Amino acid sequence: MMTLKVNGRDHEIDADPDTPLLYVLREDLKLNAAKFGCGLGQCGSCTVMVDGKAAFSCVTPLLLLEGKQITTLEGLGTIDKPAPIQRAFMEEQAAQCGYCIAGMMMRAQALLQRNPKPTDAQIRAEMEPNLCRCGTHMRILRAVHRAARLMDTADASPAVHGSAQ
Amino acid sequence: MNAPVNPALVFDRRRVLAGGGALIVSFSLSGAYAQDAALKEPAKPEAAPKLPGSLEKTPYLDSWIRIDADGTITAFTGKVELGQGFKTAFQQIAAEELDVPFASLNVVTADTQLTANEGYTSGSHSMQDSGTAIQHAAAQVRALLLAEAARRLEVPEDELRTENAAVIASDGRKLGYGELVADNMLHVQAQPQSRLKDPATFKLMGQPLQRVDIPAKVTGGAAYVQDLRLPGTVHARVVRPPSYGAQLIDCDTSATGKMPGVIKVVRDGNFLAVVAKKEFQAIKAMAVLSTAAKWNETPSLPKPDDLPRVLTNLKSQDKTIFQQGAPPAAAARTLEAIYTRPYQSHGSIGPSCAIAQSLDGTMTVWTHTQGVYPDRQAVAEMLRVPLPSVHLIHVEGSGCYGHNGADDAAADAALIARQLPGVPVRLQWMREQEHAWEPYGPAMVTKLKASLDDSGAISDWNFEVWSNTHSMRPGGAGALLAAQHIAQPFAPPPPKPLPLPEGGGDRNAIPLYKFPNAHVVHHFVPEMPLRISAMRALGAYHNVFSIESFMDELALAADADPVEFRLRHLEDARGRDVINRAAQGFGWKKGQKAPRDHGYGFAFARYKNLAAYCAIATEIEVNSETGHPRLIRAVAAVDAGQVVNPDGLTNQIEGAIMQSMSWTLYESVTFDDTRITSIDWQTYPILRFNAVPDSIDVHIINRPGLPFLGSGETGQGPAAASIANAITNATGKRLRDLPLSRKRIKDAIDA
Repeated sequence: MMTLKVNGRDHEIDADPDTPLLYVLREDLKLNAAKFGCGLGQCGSCTVMVDGKAAFSCVTPLLLLEGKQITTLEGLGTIDKPAPIQRAFMEEQAAQCGYCIAGMMMRAQALLQRNPKPTDAQIRAEMEPNLCRCGTHMRILRAVHRAARLMDTADASPAVHGSAQ
Repeated sequence: MNAPVNPALVFDRRRVLAGGGALIVSFSLSGAYAQDAALKEPAKPEAAPKLPGSLEKTPYLDSWIRIDADGTITAFTGKVELGQGFKTAFQQIAAEELDVPFASLNVVTADTQLTANEGYTSGSHSMQDSGTAIQHAAAQVRALLLAEAARRLEVPEDELRTENAAVIASDGRKLGYGELVADNMLHVQAQPQSRLKDPATFKLMGQPLQRVDIPAKVTGGAAYVQDLRLPGTVHARVVRPPSYGAQLIDCDTSATGKMPGVIKVVRDGNFLAVVAKKEFQAIKAMAVLSTAAKWNETPSLPKPDDLPRVLTNLKSQDKTIFQQGAPPAAAARTLEAIYTRPYQSHGSIGPSCAIAQSLDGTMTVWTHTQGVYPDRQAVAEMLRVPLPSVHLIHVEGSGCYGHNGADDAAADAALIARQLPGVPVRLQWMREQEHAWEPYGPAMVTKLKASLDDSGAISDWNFEVWSNTHSMRPGGAGALLAAQHIAQPFAPPPPKPLPLPEGGGDRNAIPLYKFPNAHVVHHFVPEMPLRISAMRALGAYHNVFSIESFMDELALAADADPVEFRLRHLEDARGRDVINRAAQGFGWKKGQKAPRDHGYGFAFARYKNLAAYCAIATEIEVNSETGHPRLIRAVAAVDAGQVVNPDGLTNQIEGAIMQSMSWTLYESVTFDDTRITSIDWQTYPILRFNAVPDSIDVHIINRPGLPFLGSGETGQGPAAASIANAITNATGKRLRDLPLSRKRIKDAIDA
């Protein structure tokens, strides 16, 4: 039994310490956003934030996560109170099948928290580990730029700033 | 839904609907399913006028539109959402023709107990089949409601209008749709003609409404079959053979059976699986089981480098599919070229997944199959149970782009769930299983030969294509991996060429251009060295790549501008329009010269010669030292008939260009003499963000009131050829073997 801090709350988890975080998020905590894509850290569809940094949850075992702050897409905002990054992806209609999108958004969120005004080149370089097969890349890039603008303006939801530590 | 029609209602409809003439077409949910090119020209009564879209096969209005007494309105489609966004488009269409608010209506997608059998969601058919059916059904339902209101209010119909889900009289009296609908009122057969709205009055169709599925997808809502959690769900993993045809000779399952959480080890012939309480327990058990399994493997695969020769030397069924004129005895100049395409992977980001539950004599499978009805037939046959005892429900999965592992995963889950009565079994493939076992897009070879006359026009054209079939989709159990692997196996069905005009390997093999003399041959190759099936655009990807590359070779030989050269040979007015629009949007100029190490390319096709038109201009930069290519920008023009959601259409074309660029520059399934060796994203690299262009512009030519033309696949071929032509423009070298890899470009530059 270990305590896992996910989206600002403590959870008691009963799983083997070698279990990758992804399975705990999806199965024990019933969170949908992080997806199984490869289990190899090659595609990024499982991306979450660990202490504010983007991480592949499919290859990050529980034993490395004691005391760390884990943030998933669910922790940023909700369908009624979307975070800037979520609003941006909706406004840009930046999805086709959308399977990769939660991972894309978490990697982008980690970048924007570190660097609120990234250049286009910085965004492209940052997004390199994440794969999209539908070819939605142009919209994803536009959505990340839009999210940066939204975060910079007062109309971003205050609740969102609170949870995105 | 099979209840006899109330004659009075039919009479009523004949009175209220224009066009008259009741159609008697029997409705059957268990009727024939269709392969990719089907859903057209089914057997029908003599002299019966054809009903619009899928109404032809499923003519009852309440199969498409249902209105409940409480005013709830539902539209039904037998097609599935794969990320193309047409659930939203269907909602726009239905709401528009019914005159109800967009948000008041819900769309239900493919379910063998709820929706029409529309076969597979494939071939860019959804808008023209299902969209058309929903549009006409909605318009006819609205007409029925108007007639009913006229009867009740005792006023002529022309004094009534519809608005906001109600019929309103000129004196202000108002009847809601829910109030107007009596029991069986919508259970009537559609008429050939509908009073469709004037496109000039559209409020919803043609608008870039936001997609209904995106909010859940960007907030962690349950959006995919992978997210479905039934109470008491257990987790399964399969252990696939290491190669095609491998036989399980020994497997000691005792160690696996003792592992934590393991509930069951399933062995049935060459089918091996393990079930555990938790997902990661199942994965660890799978690894142990995999080590315990001893297989006998047989080398059976061709040499990848020799693939074109192998393919053209396999026994083929040869058919001339187009013949016009006779080649002249002499021509000013004749060119010949051979183009090749390797096996390519669908490469879904999410490996295939399904949930199955055997309960009270019914096997229910939640699946991201593209065809719930044909897949149900296959699963029932594999389980050797009656068809009605299997229920398939579509739930979205990761984008599939054709026949990936979806149907196989559904079969795997059902086979395992049968051994655990009552328990929901969730099965997901591992990355390497998806990559190694999905049915690939088939390898192809084309040989082209054409002559130019003294005026620089093409005087004769010869095109030959060698290809496997492009659909081994289920219908029968033999198409399913699990059914092939069990102790009493089902043999894969014999492959068949998909019939023209849509075609399979010969899709888009017949040029849309007009040449005085033309000869097109399809060499259908039945033997399939690798497991293959339908991948987005089927043969059109390679055939358009070949035709449009060769058109540029001929234009160069004729010293003509590539755009002008295409227009010179094209009569089709809508085709000419998209070519002109793309050229204009790109800033294409005759005699233009790209900057050093840059190249401009152009290509055009009408998908299947009967769906959407698409022209694409590209600019490529090629590093002359390394051969590294990068798409800088693409400008596309598309004519998909009446546009329902322009942003959805743009999204599809942008995606087609990006995906086709990835296929074209990077992708090839690799294998040794026994095993597939491209089993993950390291060994099967695809497009990453460093290769994303600076811009993609999509220009839509809307055609109000004209039929919907499928657009989901129209960009694949033109994007490939446009990029190939731009590479030639940049390097002066012609590359004819896909993928146009950095190494091949470098070798061509150095040659």
